[in-house]
Amino acid sequence: MSEETKKTKIGYYPGCAITKCSTSEEYGTSVLGVSRVIGPELVEIDDWNCCGASSGHATNHKLSTALSVRNISLAEKDGYDEVLAPCPMCSQRLIVSQDDVEKDEKLREEVEDAIEMPISNNVKVSNYLEIVKNYSMDEIAEKQKKKPEGLKVASYYGCLLVRPPKILKFDDPEDPKTMDEIVTAIGAEAVDWEFKTSCCGGGFTLSRTDVVVKLTNDILEGAADAGANAIAVACPMCHANLDMKQNNIEKETGRRFNIPIVYISELIGLALGLNPKDLGMDKHFIDTGSVINAFSNIEK
Amino acid sequence: MKIKITTKELTSDFAKEVKERSGIDVKKCYQCGKCTAGCPVAYEMDYMPNQIIRFVQLGLRKEALTSRTIWLCASCVTCTTRCPKEVKIAELMDVLREMALEEGVANPMEKDITTFHEAFLNSVKKHGRISECGMIMEYKRKRPKAALKSALQDLSDGSHLMLKGKLSLAPHSIKGKDSIKRIFEKLG
Repeated sequence: MSEETKKTKIGYYPGCAITKCSTSEEYGTSVLGVSRVIGPELVEIDDWNCCGASSGHATNHKLSTALSVRNISLAEKDGYDEVLAPCPMCSQRLIVSQDDVEKDEKLREEVEDAIEMPISNNVKVSNYLEIVKNYSMDEIAEKQKKKPEGLKVASYYGCLLVRPPKILKFDDPEDPKTMDEIVTAIGAEAVDWEFKTSCCGGGFTLSRTDVVVKLTNDILEGAADAGANAIAVACPMCHANLDMKQNNIEKETGRRFNIPIVYISELIGLALGLNPKDLGMDKHFIDTGSVINAFSNIEK
Repeated sequence: MKIKITTKELTSDFAKEVKERSGIDVKKCYQCGKCTAGCPVAYEMDYMPNQIIRFVQLGLRKEALTSRTIWLCASCVTCTTRCPKEVKIAELMDVLREMALEEGVANPMEKDITTFHEAFLNSVKKHGRISECGMIMEYKRKRPKAALKSALQDLSDGSHLMLKGKLSLAPHSIKGKDSIKRIFEKLG
């Protein structure tokens, strides 16, 4: 492997939610589908494990840190200097855990002992928006086959891509722009709205559905008021909550939003002319037909 | 809200203990209330986030650890992001939850949430990854009341997910399951 190819190979940490046969598999399917066309090459980290997610850090800090760091050590062992974790729960846990062991020598020793591997911490963990922005903007422009017409997208970042900002160091935590830039680059309209980084209730989907229904209702209303006809996301929990809970909201309030919730990777895939089915767009709760149909071939 | 504070509480080491465990210094907080203003779940909490910090400042261990608030925190980290004194409030909620579990005083009103966390981590412990079906079944089995309440919706959501091939009955297991078990044995 030449030095150049090695550089563009990125360790892929899918996390539990977006692997095949999981509730958000279309995110993983579309991320991988897009990367096959425009790069960078993503290679799955061997034998990765769950980062512990909310349940880990909410109940046991050391355990949660060890579960996350094990994956970084595995990536190091496989020789990657950068890892893509498309799920922001995962990327946030991985990055915060790296920071924790960096700052706390005692914790680092305990974690190294538990995972039975050394921690060198030289791996950069990136979220999906960073990867697209840093590697793929020119490739998208070069290989774009279809352009949307009349597609007004509310870019929804949620919590975990941007917070805590001092550790994640990604975009503006109150008014991030990276996803809007991607949306604009493929020719859709990025609407200005107030709920970009509002919380959807995250992991309370099962345990406090009422909270999730209230918070998602606020977000969907914000998007509708801003004139959006689709919401773009880069998080499996945001997606599940906004997509699945539109049915609950209708039952409780009588209002049917019917706003398709699409992964940013699905939008990029459509722009590249990929088959919507191959992007997993038939697997949503809210029909994505209106988004798919907004795209038509660019006349050369 | 009036709470009687004893001298024992006022002179207790609760704040110090929190700081030793997490590095979070609650004394920096001057009670501006910005954390509460930005909290998306404050409307459901028994005490506001800034009140929880106040409890820790004043040594009110029982009030903090038995609150529903610590469980209702969604870890959105808006509070930490906006705090003018750089108090890591979301991370404080983590350490308080951990202490509440260790001391067996977690508020029973939020048992659905603590049971969910338990079921989630049990799945990780067993397979190294989340096995969504198994995790949901364990949670529903342990919280039959909550399960019954959402049964119809679950049935309709669950069948959609199954039909689309997004919910697998077979667990997603890793090769290094034993190494995960050892992590749980050492730190769990």
